[in-house]
Amino acid sequence: MAQSTIKKKPVGKMLVMGLISIALYALLLAKQDEVNILFGKGSWFAFLPIITAFVFSFIHGSFTGDFWTVLGIEAARKKKEVK
Amino acid sequence: MHDIANNFINLDAITILYLFGVGFVGGLVSGFIGSGGAFVLTPGMMSLGVPGLMAVASNMCHKFPKALVGAMKRFKYGQVDVKLGLVLGVSAEAGVLYGAGIQERIKAAFGDAGSNLYVSVAFVVILATVGGFVLYDAWKTYKSGNANAEEKAGKLALWIQSVNIPGTMVYFKSINARVSILFTIPLGFATGMMAATIAVGGFVGVPAMIYVLGAPSLMASATELVIAFVMGLGGSLKYALHGMVDIRLAMIILAGSLFGIQLGAIGTTYVKPFMIKVVMGVIMVIVLFSRGLMVPVYLSQLGLIDKLGDTTVKLLKTTSFAIMIFALLLGAFIVLRAMWQGRQAERLQHAAGALEHGEV
Repeated sequence: MAQSTIKKKPVGKMLVMGLISIALYALLLAKQDEVNILFGKGSWFAFLPIITAFVFSFIHGSFTGDFWTVLGIEAARKKKEVK
Repeated sequence: MHDIANNFINLDAITILYLFGVGFVGGLVSGFIGSGGAFVLTPGMMSLGVPGLMAVASNMCHKFPKALVGAMKRFKYGQVDVKLGLVLGVSAEAGVLYGAGIQERIKAAFGDAGSNLYVSVAFVVILATVGGFVLYDAWKTYKSGNANAEEKAGKLALWIQSVNIPGTMVYFKSINARVSILFTIPLGFATGMMAATIAVGGFVGVPAMIYVLGAPSLMASATELVIAFVMGLGGSLKYALHGMVDIRLAMIILAGSLFGIQLGAIGTTYVKPFMIKVVMGVIMVIVLFSRGLMVPVYLSQLGLIDKLGDTTVKLLKTTSFAIMIFALLLGAFIVLRAMWQGRQAERLQHAAGALEHGEV
């Protein structure tokens, strides 16, 4: 109980999100010509870049957050004392 | 539209690494002060051959997901005032549209050089006044030896909090007071106008929240991320409707910036609040010199001064861009250094605590 403050590092989650993130980027670059044509059409296709940005931010954002946690770089454990 | 679609640049490994790297540094600074990076990213993309409007659009499309991730991270630290961010964000969106309209009219009347001159002069005036004041305030705090003290609202902010206009008062937790939205609307509008003009609305938004509304620096810089999200989402949609977003560029910059913004957000939990002002003020003042160097180039193109030689123009452009990169790198360095010192201090504190309790 007393040791409950020691958190387990999210290595597994980081690896899964990292792999999905790499796959998304690989797909985007492999299909870049098709993507450029489709996303460049404008009008209703405008939602494609917006949705893409949300998907990438969710997956890659989760990965980068866990990346720093796994490296041991986390927020200060308590708020600074105001003197 | 067809021309724009033909302007997608070829991506090679160097370009990808460059965008990733600038994205990381820009993200680091944004995570810390709430904005930044765009002033290097947009000209940086243009130097790769990306057309101006596409560079602006792609920058915006990386900005809103980055700001979303940063805002969520800092929300966990209790630094975000979502209500204030949304209220300012909506009026900022109107400011963006108005600012873009002014830009278009200036471009139609005076051409590219006129538009560039307007942007540079806006940069110089805003950065000199606001940036100079922010830096002076940070210096004053540092010299007073009260760097650890809780920030207090200034006279202007206290007056604004005291004004009661029935039917317009809204409580904001970051300010811990009720403020009339008749004050927040023009502030948001100005932030949006700046975002449309110099690409970095936060240079107005964050100081406005601190000095005009009385929000603490940490909350102001975190709340700016909400404003950036709202503005970025609206702006991206506007550009995407015309097919101007190069999603490859936006997502590659995002790849780097999401590493950076997480780190910058973590950094805010280690530093004294006045460090937000230091980083913001330093970047603003250095960027001011960068844009100032370009003013003679545009004056010469408009025929308002003697024509400058090609070599001089090239030299001024290169120096200006180099100074902007330096500003961003220096900002990132101060963030990392302050964070490192904060971590070391925390470790020492814990070690001392452990010794005291006989755990070692």
